[in-house]
Amino acid sequence: MAAHSAVLSMSKIINPFWGGRLGNTVKCCTLSSMQLITYEMLMLQPPPAKYGGRHTVTLIPGDGIGPELLNHVKEVFRFSCVPVDFEVVHVNSALESEDDINNAITAIRRNGVALKGNIETNHTMAPSVKSRNNLLRTSLDLYANVMHCQSLPGVQTRHKNIDIMIIRENTEGEYSSLEHESVSGVVECLKIITRNNSLRIADYAFRLAREKGRSRVTAVHKANIMKLGDGLFLQCCREVASGYPDITFDSMIVDNTTMQLVSKPQQFDVMVMPNLYGNVVSNVCAGLVGGPGLVPGANYGRDYAVFETATRNTGKSIAGRNIANPTAMLLAGCMMLDHLRLYDYASMIRNAILTTMNETRLHTADIGGQGTTSEVVQSIMRNIQSKGPLTTDL
Amino acid sequence: MAGCAWRSMLSQVVGGAKRPALSSAAFFSRGMQTVTLIPGDGIGPEISSAVMKIFEAAKAPIRWEERNVTAIKGPGGRWMIPPDAKESMDRNKIGLKGPLKTPIAAGHPSMNLLLRKTFDLYANVRPCISIEGYKTPYTNVDLVTIRENTEGEYSGIEHVIVEGVVQSIKLITEDASRRIAEYAFEYARNNQRSSVTAVHKANIMRMSDGLFLRKCREVAEGYKDIKFTEMYLDTVCLNMVQDPTQFDVLVMPNLYGDILSDLCAGLIGGLGVTPSGNIGANGVAIFESVHGTAPDIAGLDMANPTALLLSAVMMLRHMGLHDYGNKIQTACFDTIRDKKVLTKDLGGNSKCSEFTADICRRIQDLD
Repeated sequence: MAAHSAVLSMSKIINPFWGGRLGNTVKCCTLSSMQLITYEMLMLQPPPAKYGGRHTVTLIPGDGIGPELLNHVKEVFRFSCVPVDFEVVHVNSALESEDDINNAITAIRRNGVALKGNIETNHTMAPSVKSRNNLLRTSLDLYANVMHCQSLPGVQTRHKNIDIMIIRENTEGEYSSLEHESVSGVVECLKIITRNNSLRIADYAFRLAREKGRSRVTAVHKANIMKLGDGLFLQCCREVASGYPDITFDSMIVDNTTMQLVSKPQQFDVMVMPNLYGNVVSNVCAGLVGGPGLVPGANYGRDYAVFETATRNTGKSIAGRNIANPTAMLLAGCMMLDHLRLYDYASMIRNAILTTMNETRLHTADIGGQGTTSEVVQSIMRNIQSKGPLTTDL
Repeated sequence: MAGCAWRSMLSQVVGGAKRPALSSAAFFSRGMQTVTLIPGDGIGPEISSAVMKIFEAAKAPIRWEERNVTAIKGPGGRWMIPPDAKESMDRNKIGLKGPLKTPIAAGHPSMNLLLRKTFDLYANVRPCISIEGYKTPYTNVDLVTIRENTEGEYSGIEHVIVEGVVQSIKLITEDASRRIAEYAFEYARNNQRSSVTAVHKANIMRMSDGLFLRKCREVAEGYKDIKFTEMYLDTVCLNMVQDPTQFDVLVMPNLYGDILSDLCAGLIGGLGVTPSGNIGANGVAIFESVHGTAPDIAGLDMANPTALLLSAVMMLRHMGLHDYGNKIQTACFDTIRDKKVLTKDLGGNSKCSEFTADICRRIQDLD
């Protein structure tokens, strides 16, 4: 029943906007075949801001190393003639009012896609001043945080051959920001788990696993202690797993998971989990493959997508010193280009980045090298120039 | 008022840890110290007897009082531990515990939870030190995780609001936060540790972790000789897997403590080699091995007593018997480093009794 209404509403959305492009696809669909239109097709719709062949993407510089890294992204994109225009929205984290972040949210609603740096949360301010990043994620309902940790051959790490996809529920759980002090000296913080969101994230995880050809999904939880909350999450995962018989499903308690991750990380394939455990596990995995400067992350919602570095660090201590690693932000930009279906540009830039990382081995200080940020970016642009098919014709 | 009560309770709690040079003299004059021993289930009895043998070889002034804990229903229908175990523990104040099994659907809560509630074991201390003979990808790890053990996310308060929406309550109180912070700083001072790091997520959980952090800061004011830093949980995880040598003592609420202490155990080789201690109010301290009961190898003389042995060493240090503790620890580490008689989980194929005998021999050689 829900599928019918989703399909019918989808056809209503498609026809007026994309009548020209997808007209053929839609017209030859009868009602019965429309039922076969899965949610995946819905996800393949490019975002609506394409005008004159160019996309508009919201850019939120954030604090710390965000602004300088995003400048490098703009530089590389301009150099590679990527048809993306950035609409820059500044968010001042020192102010108490929420106007800035609301402007950013409106801009993202308008454009559909965003690339952002991390906005600092000053936790000495009053508790009513909520984390800006969290506000952005919940307002836009970016329910899935996806992070792909892969060992890179050019980076020296203790563990090799890691290839883990982490899907983390991004809107509820411990990050509901619902706290109160009922008695002086006693604070209660509510962790909310809902059936709808758990089903949604589990479904996303299994669909992504199937799409990427993965064989196993592991749910991470603490249901032996939080029997109702995490128990509900686990139950929803099991229900969704039964609809994907080709994918193995198992579960693991979060403390055992972290222990296994530092001893044998190669055993994990795809992992799905609620918000807080996702924070811990994604940071552990990022550390295992080489650090916060290497892994990009994406936050997907039904209608919007926001790309950033996976570990969401502000990097205040290294800001402005030209030593930050631009890899994570540049790879996040490539993920964004993939989302905008500009696959050629994405693979061109990604290959250049990986060449610099693995073959040229020009590394920044965080992975043991001596290069500066600008040197690495220059090297990437040189790689694009020498190999990119689109620029050699100029 | 509350301050005085806390201070007296605190002095009783750290009294055990804070007995420097005069301790050995006091014990020698007092003679043997009695310790409650709870062998546990599965491999529990064999590793407990291994530890007793090693202590005998080291001539440590410890007399063991064995007790069993199984949940029994007391008056009023509440589950409790057997009264003789409780009485023994209250008298001796120090306990050593092997692994306990929690039967599923037994109707009673886990034994560990019962013990925690009975003795108000509010601090779980896990020192994680790299073992030289047991290779892991991480070297030179030397840190201690101190975890608040009574409240936080594990308060067990959950409700179904409406069908499909569940709420779990994370409870942070001023008293518990202050108590654990004070214990952490006292531990750091007594064990010559230079810094204490509070692990939190106050950017998201502003009020709850904010309260925890405030209390830690307040307590830090009274310990100016120890460096105090605060770090986000995700930053700690990130840095821990890249460079664990930068951490010293970590203090944190319950859930983060659970995850981080197991993470650190994984860094040094797993739960089979990690000691653990639970400190309670009124001077009670129970040291335990945190691995499972391993029913598949129970009774086959294949178990590894290292975790329980290192916990016993922690116990000796807590009681002020540092010499004995160091002697036994050195013997144990030497045996593992030599790699001649290792149990199966450490990569060898010797029996538990052979491993124990080797350690006893080394102790006698050290004398």
